[in-house]
Amino acid sequence: MSHLLLLVPFLAVVVLNLLPKRARGAALWVSFGVLGLEAAAAFVERFSSIDSSAFTWLESVFGFRLAADHLSGLAMLCAGIVGMVALLVARRTLKDAGEKFFFANLVLVALVGINGIAMVRDLFSLYVFVEVTAIATFILITASRSGAASRGEQVFEGAWKYIILSVVASVLMLTSIGFFLLSAGDITFDAVKTALGAPGSLTWVAMALFLCGLFVKGGLVPFHGWLADAYTAAPAPVSVFMAGIVTKASGIFALLRIVSSTMGSALPGREILLVVGALTIVVGAFLALGQSNMKRMLAYSSVSQMGYIVLALGGDLNLGILAAGLHFFNHAISKSQLFANAAAIEEQLGTLNMDEMGGIGARMPVTAGTTAVATLSIAGLPPLAGFWSKLLIVLALWNAKEYGFAAVAILASLVTLAYFLSLQRRVFFGKTHPKWAHVKEAAPGLLVPVVALALITIALGVGFPFALRVLLGGGA
Amino acid sequence: MIWMTLLLVVLVLAALWASMTTALLRAALGLALTSALLAVVMFSMGATLAAVMELSVCAGLISVVLVSVTSLTQRRPLKEALANRRSRLRRYWPLPLVLIAVGVALSFVHAPVEIALRVPAGDGDVRTVLWSLRQLDLFGQILILLAGVFGVLVLFRKEAKHDD
Repeated sequence: MSHLLLLVPFLAVVVLNLLPKRARGAALWVSFGVLGLEAAAAFVERFSSIDSSAFTWLESVFGFRLAADHLSGLAMLCAGIVGMVALLVARRTLKDAGEKFFFANLVLVALVGINGIAMVRDLFSLYVFVEVTAIATFILITASRSGAASRGEQVFEGAWKYIILSVVASVLMLTSIGFFLLSAGDITFDAVKTALGAPGSLTWVAMALFLCGLFVKGGLVPFHGWLADAYTAAPAPVSVFMAGIVTKASGIFALLRIVSSTMGSALPGREILLVVGALTIVVGAFLALGQSNMKRMLAYSSVSQMGYIVLALGGDLNLGILAAGLHFFNHAISKSQLFANAAAIEEQLGTLNMDEMGGIGARMPVTAGTTAVATLSIAGLPPLAGFWSKLLIVLALWNAKEYGFAAVAILASLVTLAYFLSLQRRVFFGKTHPKWAHVKEAAPGLLVPVVALALITIALGVGFPFALRVLLGGGA
Repeated sequence: MIWMTLLLVVLVLAALWASMTTALLRAALGLALTSALLAVVMFSMGATLAAVMELSVCAGLISVVLVSVTSLTQRRPLKEALANRRSRLRRYWPLPLVLIAVGVALSFVHAPVEIALRVPAGDGDVRTVLWSLRQLDLFGQILILLAGVFGVLVLFRKEAKHDD
């Protein structure tokens, strides 16, 4: 069945482009259906057993070597949910039918890339699917200027920074693959794991280069420069899709896969992850604290939260992977919800400058309420989902006797709470400015996805043991 | 050896020309020249199929696409182009020197490991590797091309709308 996860979205793109022009309005819904199937497929346990029965013929036609496990399922579930939310936001915020059509197509292309990242088992294939995702995303950023006519140059600047740094990452990854071929003779995850266990500095140089490539793709400090520009410049549905899954899959999930499949608890790799993770958390959090543009604050908050995932990978191996996987999911849900909320606010107010807002909560109570749920969850307040993943991250660090890094994780949560409380105060609290007296709640088309995501965050927090078993099979 | 060194020097110069020139057409020609020289290097190292692909796809097909796209763009006013060139040269003139210095420095470094590529699994034939062993990557390449096609459609659709 894992083959189908690549072939179905691809065939959907082909079919969409064969449709007559008048039928292309259905593209968003076709894409929505494929993403729904993707989210449902993530719950099907033991992909391999299904492979061997009903879909064996696919393996004989396509010689792909794919393997899906619980981590793959987690990435696919995130991709499915976030993709559906992005499509609903696109339906509301993209005005042009052509833009909607291209958005639906490119989301499906990116989805194949994400599924590939989730299921491949060697470094070169991982690189290829990371590139598929990056190129589709680059075009998504430039594809639309809906919602802000004055944003033209900013869009191209954001997209340009994204693609240039992405190319730098690609060069690092390709060089690394070359070094692995020289030192290990093969680039399957198993061969890389064996090579890393043997003495020799070249394999660790290769691994460091590959990690640097993924750090750039994931927007981790010190390679975070492109992320805020790209998120801010991108149209609303693209921001939702990028912040929710694209950056996470092509940078962070790939990192999660590399750590779990090749590095293990090898010391040099762990030290790199701990330092980069801690640096990313702190720098991202303080940069978020100083922002006035809501999307820019959310972008830097994303940088900071991705630092938590990387930090977890530097802790106790099994617990760290579990914590990283859970935080990956929680953050994908909450951050895509916050970007969808930002889209609702921008649509109603025409601005994202928080200094111009105030008292919007009384006019937009659902948006304010769901924003509060997401921000408090990301800050790690119980009993929301973010609390559990952050607790597991701290425990993973504690078990690995990394007390200093555990303290950084806890203290940075306070900074997270500070900038999100600042957001709530500046945007939603206080007396409504007369300028916004006419503002109404966002349209149902935008409220449905954010309410659904907020409910997932609450349900995941309250029913944590059950959710953990469903999402990760009880452990990594 | 002397010919190979000369070839590599010209290759680096062509790559620099491609990345430093302000004219799109010259950049495309520089890239084509770089690819053609790389193909010669590959031929001389015995990688015949890789050289043929480099020559046909990179030097051939991609150059045709780049030149075609360039023909659809508008020329920048001469004054502006000259100012832009001066600005680029002021900012980036040390880059070629750094590149050459790094290359020279690296030529004195002896790799700490034995550099001997092992032949990949299978019979080592590029066709087997491409069509049998790396089928998944080929599928990824098709997707990248598909995304590229969407990019051209989206951007030129936008330009057409702007022209209206």
